[in-house]
Amino acid sequence: MKFNNVEDFKAAQKKFAAILGKEKNRVLVCSGTGCMAAGSKAVYEKFVEAIKAAGLPCSVSMQDEPEEGYFNVKKCGCIGCCELGPLVRIDPYDLFYAHVTADDVDEIVEKTLKNGEVVERLVVNEDGVSYPHLTTDFPFYKKQTRNLMEHCGNISSESIEEYIAVGGYDALVKALFSMTSDEIIAEVSNSGLRGRGGAGFPAGKKWEQVAVLPADPVKYVVCNADEGDPGAFMDCSVMEGDPHRMIEGMIIAGIAVGGEVGYIYVRAEYPQAVARLTIAINQAREYGLLGQNILGSGKNFELSLSKGAGAFVCGEGSALANSIEGKRGTPRPKPPRLVEKGVFDRPTVLNNVETYANVPMIIEKGADWYKGFGTEGSPGTKTFSLTGNIKHTGLIEVPMGTTLRTIIYDIGGGLKEDRVFKAVQIGGPSGGCLTNEHLDLPLDFDSVKQVGAIIGSGGLVVMGTDTCMVEIARFFMNFTKKESCGKCTTCREGVPRIQAILERITKGEGTMDDLDMMQELADTIKTCSLCGLGKTAPNPVLSTMRYFRDEYIAHVVDKKCPAGVCKDLFVYQINPDKCIGCTLCARNCPVDAITGTLKQPHHIDTSKCIKCGTCKANCRQNAIEEV
Amino acid sequence: MKTDFKLIDSILEQHGSDKSKVIGIMQDIQKEYRYLPEDALKYVADKVGMSYSKIYGVATFYENFSLEGKGKYVIKCCNGTACHVRKSDDVQAALWEATGMKPGQHTSADGVFTIERVSCLGSCGLAPTVMVNDEVHSKMTPDKMRALVQEIKEKEGVK
Repeated sequence: MKFNNVEDFKAAQKKFAAILGKEKNRVLVCSGTGCMAAGSKAVYEKFVEAIKAAGLPCSVSMQDEPEEGYFNVKKCGCIGCCELGPLVRIDPYDLFYAHVTADDVDEIVEKTLKNGEVVERLVVNEDGVSYPHLTTDFPFYKKQTRNLMEHCGNISSESIEEYIAVGGYDALVKALFSMTSDEIIAEVSNSGLRGRGGAGFPAGKKWEQVAVLPADPVKYVVCNADEGDPGAFMDCSVMEGDPHRMIEGMIIAGIAVGGEVGYIYVRAEYPQAVARLTIAINQAREYGLLGQNILGSGKNFELSLSKGAGAFVCGEGSALANSIEGKRGTPRPKPPRLVEKGVFDRPTVLNNVETYANVPMIIEKGADWYKGFGTEGSPGTKTFSLTGNIKHTGLIEVPMGTTLRTIIYDIGGGLKEDRVFKAVQIGGPSGGCLTNEHLDLPLDFDSVKQVGAIIGSGGLVVMGTDTCMVEIARFFMNFTKKESCGKCTTCREGVPRIQAILERITKGEGTMDDLDMMQELADTIKTCSLCGLGKTAPNPVLSTMRYFRDEYIAHVVDKKCPAGVCKDLFVYQINPDKCIGCTLCARNCPVDAITGTLKQPHHIDTSKCIKCGTCKANCRQNAIEEV
Repeated sequence: MKTDFKLIDSILEQHGSDKSKVIGIMQDIQKEYRYLPEDALKYVADKVGMSYSKIYGVATFYENFSLEGKGKYVIKCCNGTACHVRKSDDVQAALWEATGMKPGQHTSADGVFTIERVSCLGSCGLAPTVMVNDEVHSKMTPDKMRALVQEIKEKEGVK
């Protein structure tokens, strides 16, 4: 059914909201990538089956025209606390169950859906406290502000009807009928929205520059959904969880700048995001929210997906444009910039997923409301993926300017297994590390840049003292070496040189001259590379050398790896004071390098030891040490 | 497997025989054959009006395209940052050991296993992760990796 005008849309919105109002319970099964990996698909299917088997009215789509008191079973977007998955939420009780398997479903249907009782064993329980209303009472959520993710965990991620029922596409209606293009751009500019993809360029300014150029014959609106930073999955979650929010933002951008053709460039490693976007685009097209003469306004916007094929560099704007054109994804020299000559050499607005997803609420609630969150220079909220050696991993959303301490300790619950905090890698391979001294630094674009890192798209990888920073630098150089497109010399040749030096240092073959050489190479690569990937490639090295120079010197001069990671630089030893002679290590050693008699301290023969770490992993006395 | 040019034609028709569509076209061909057969690439180049060297350049630029066949089980071991700090190297080592393959080896001689190292599967919250064909296995350990390989070996009757 196509909406031909605003009245059609409003009538449908009323109808969809009424259908939602008729439900008795809503069962939301988290279907983010994390929960899907933990088996949530089977849980969802089992719910549908079990509710039907119990003779209860079950609906998975509004097309079914469900009767009063029906059970609405839906796949929803990422609830955030991936570690607890698969998560299930039962509304209107606001009740959360964690680690749900298909085998638990019958009991939930019987107790909770039929009788309104709580299945206690599935409620999150930490340190003796239970958290039935996870998103309001669990510490992980308390300091979060979920604006962008408000729908994730509340409505279906595959239903445009539910999105419309809760006010979706209202911003589009406002932009189409109550605002001029200039007013839309002014609102976005006033909100201070800065690009969430890494550089933090003001979105309104970019739109302004494209708006003044002629559309002869076409201008493009492109979404960068090539979230390639390892350790980052925010955009993935937005696309999977609330795809219409981003699509609505893109249509509004199109109206504002006079662009009628849109592309979403999404990486192929996100099959589920591709699937959800495909569903969402088709739904929007069917209802006439995409296509010609949207809601009878005379405005047009066409949108299609362009799938990436596994090249990190395509996250760079001009490389992305080449890739959309079907070419090798190498960057272009600038100027001209993308706003002037982008996709097919036409004026192009390029923003990332999160930036577009912010647009509908700015239009609907206004720039002043938006500026009520975050800091003066970086308004709004920001999503981060919190991963690494932290207790609660997952997807979080906080106001810009929240401190690292709040994120790591209040939200993340501190480090895993009583490790001691050492650093957090922010901004992926282009970013840097933040350490103890930055724990109270407000995370916003400018503050983070000042200390030599970038917010980037928002990946936070937390590392404890058992992580070797030299090895982490080597790891990132390995990554960039592999992903360098090979077009410009400094990046193609320079990065492998740095990587080779780091390889040597981690093997204990480095010299102090190597450190100077790395500094020089890094400076050259930074200055002379063609694109953002090259210019930022040495950042992990520069930032670890800046904050962990001691560790480099330990590797080079003392030939030691303080974290006990670089295998050539330590041997395993058994501390005779701690060893109780339980023989567990000797029994598990794959090469019989450990000898000793029962109840006597054991000994490792370093000439036989292959440093596999099995003994250390098995020792209950912490008696095995790297020296 | 012989290349079915009728199939290639239908893929070309879906996308339109246009130079700018070659990435999507190659993705669909790879979906069918699990790699890009040389004759198919030459055929597509001809149809969209591109030289073979150009299309070869595009195909080899992107990580996802393969010019050689793959094993029955494609095991992608994630080595993104989150997986790396949770010791994915040990999982990778266990994978090589259990399959009897060497670092750098792509497909096992019997055609059962293909090992690929990838840089992020997006399930960072459950690191380290491994993907076997389309199925993600989370919170991996070297022991779980060995068990997984053993399971496949038993199913396929590999010793």
